[in-house]
Amino acid sequence: MADELALTGNPSSLHAAGRRARRIVEESRESIAADLGCRPSDVIFTAGGTESNNLSLKGIYWNQRARDARRTHVVVSSIEHPSVLDPAAWLGRHESAEVVTLPVDSEGRVDLAALTEYIHRFASDIAVLSVMWANNELGTVQPVKEIAQLCAESGVRFHCDAVQAVPWMDPGVWMTQATALSVSAHKLGGPVGVGALIFDDAKKLEPLLHGGGQELGARSGTVNTAAIAGFAAALRESVVTRAESALQISGLRDDLIRGVAQQVPDVILNGDSSVASEGRLPGIANLSFPGCESDALLMLLDANGIACSAGSACTAGVARSSHVLTAIGLDDDLARGALRFSLGWNSTSSDVAALTAALPDAVTRARRANTRQPVGT
Amino acid sequence: MPMKVLAAMSGGVDSAVAAARAVDAGHEVVGVHLALSREAGTASTDNPARGRGCCTIADAADARRAADVLGIPFYVWDMSVEFAATVLDDFVSEYAAGRTPNPCVRCNEEIKFSAVLERGIALGFDAVCTGHYARLATNQEGDHELRRAVDMTKDQSYVLASLTEHQRAHAIFPLGDTDKSAVREEAARRGLLVADKPDSHDICFIPDGDTAGFLRSAIGEASGDVVDAQTGNVLGEHDGAFAYTVGQRRGLGLTVPGDDGKPRYVVGVDAASNVVTVGPPTLLNVDCILAARPNWSQQVEVNSSIECGVQIRAHGEVAAAVVRPQNDGVTIDLHEPIRGVAPGQLVVFYDGDLVLGAATIDRTTRKSQTTA
Repeated sequence: MADELALTGNPSSLHAAGRRARRIVEESRESIAADLGCRPSDVIFTAGGTESNNLSLKGIYWNQRARDARRTHVVVSSIEHPSVLDPAAWLGRHESAEVVTLPVDSEGRVDLAALTEYIHRFASDIAVLSVMWANNELGTVQPVKEIAQLCAESGVRFHCDAVQAVPWMDPGVWMTQATALSVSAHKLGGPVGVGALIFDDAKKLEPLLHGGGQELGARSGTVNTAAIAGFAAALRESVVTRAESALQISGLRDDLIRGVAQQVPDVILNGDSSVASEGRLPGIANLSFPGCESDALLMLLDANGIACSAGSACTAGVARSSHVLTAIGLDDDLARGALRFSLGWNSTSSDVAALTAALPDAVTRARRANTRQPVGT
Repeated sequence: MPMKVLAAMSGGVDSAVAAARAVDAGHEVVGVHLALSREAGTASTDNPARGRGCCTIADAADARRAADVLGIPFYVWDMSVEFAATVLDDFVSEYAAGRTPNPCVRCNEEIKFSAVLERGIALGFDAVCTGHYARLATNQEGDHELRRAVDMTKDQSYVLASLTEHQRAHAIFPLGDTDKSAVREEAARRGLLVADKPDSHDICFIPDGDTAGFLRSAIGEASGDVVDAQTGNVLGEHDGAFAYTVGQRRGLGLTVPGDDGKPRYVVGVDAASNVVTVGPPTLLNVDCILAARPNWSQQVEVNSSIECGVQIRAHGEVAAAVVRPQNDGVTIDLHEPIRGVAPGQLVVFYDGDLVLGAATIDRTTRKSQTTA
């Protein structure tokens, strides 16, 4: 990728520099397709996960409704990323879509029975159904293989936000039955601002961006050669190392959960309940600290050099109880006291030790600072 | 001595420079933007619609940018629940009772130097730093004395005068010894892009300035009589006595001038009977003020007579008076009558530039007659 940044050339141009750039893009596309288990022509490069999710939800909805006016249902799970929930809500407000939200259980897993029943009843009304592969806040892995099969059998267009899961898992086994899959490079250790929508037939997708007709007409705009080269390289590296690193990071995550529980006995693990489970992404531990407000904990841990996240933050940075934690039925106190710890390839056991050392004092202070009565806002 | 300091950053130039000076003083500074309002377009709501006034998303972004320039950590604290419970509710109920509250005083007492300060102390901070124009110094007894700012046109000691010794001991006002124009220059020199941002005025949670409209929607309309204070005649109708303030001239809706042909002013607001009394400006003259809930920052003796200056609104003149502390209040005898004394406002006692204390105006008398 560094080499590419030094070179010029629009891959859509016919001159030598353009040809050279196009070759890089197409080799990257082939490499990504091979690593994900799809055809090169299925890879639509985008500016990242948010664009892929928007393109998929809106692009499929418009296409499906134009083909069959009855298809107005946009079905999403309640724990989707905002870049899925917000386009769905937008389609409801502006495009007469009927937005259906699927419930999840207390571990944050989509209720497969409810989903099956819904599909059997309304298959011909559904324009698009979107369920993420693994939740970004809880790490809970969703039954996407079953959902993909169900949708394929029922003629339902299925989009999967795979941004969080692809660094850890191989979609090859089920993705041929899915319509669309969102991937982001920076979650793989690649550059920010680039990603892809893996799509089975670009002709069945209305574009968001109109113009030069790049990416088979699905996404106009000059293609970002250097970032795409970096994306392909990062995915290749991730595919080669992910089994080993999943094992290592899972171990570290379980150490973290056990270490925190020793220091703060009343801590609650959110999401998949079994430690050392394949139902949870290796790198995520979402923990609730009763009686604490997450923004206070976050500030105190940050002062100790420990970076973690509260549920979510609005544009202005106000900590909010996360919609995901509300969806799994956490009460207000536990939702407001939740922190998400993410571990990556460069995390070490000394990071975990630093966290468990800093936590008791931080929790004590945060509890003292929490004078607020639980409020129902 | 270096302290851990919580710098309240509104997104404006003053609090940004105040935070910068706290950093320069060697303190460990963390910036905090307070999300106070729940209106659309403000920081405590997810609605990205652009709003005006304070604590909008743009203000939070300005504050964050300033913190980034200073290289300090920055957080947004959602204080909208506390703000609604202590400042907004009080604002509405005071007006409903016919008084004229000062929400900035209340916000300093209950939010910045109470909810925020106490949360900060619990989290390990030593002080709250703000961009208020006022000076604090420790006297020989070790007490913290509040004085007016050097820049009298920006002096905010009035809205800080009701702080307790505990609150003053944990407050830092780095701008008290500097002119506003110098603060703007310093902001520009430090690369703080908020240097040219206009000053905030009015009431932050009523950005369009329509206080009467805000109160009508909060309290509801209730029509009542506008009565001539001298004749007792009903001159007109109003849609809620709560929306009127003693000394007010505009918005009375009277079509006939007074007998003397001069404009008439609100001279009394009676919330209980929902009557607004109007009269000539001479009726606004007040000789004596009775104030409640005094907060003395200097030692005073009950029933003693203190010759000092009094200020009865945020940017008002100082009047000379004899002030007599009582057990549960203060009696203020003015040397010369003054106008526009509104119950609910703070009266602040000054010895030169030193704040002696403050109390809330309860009633006024004029030529030994009670008017409000």
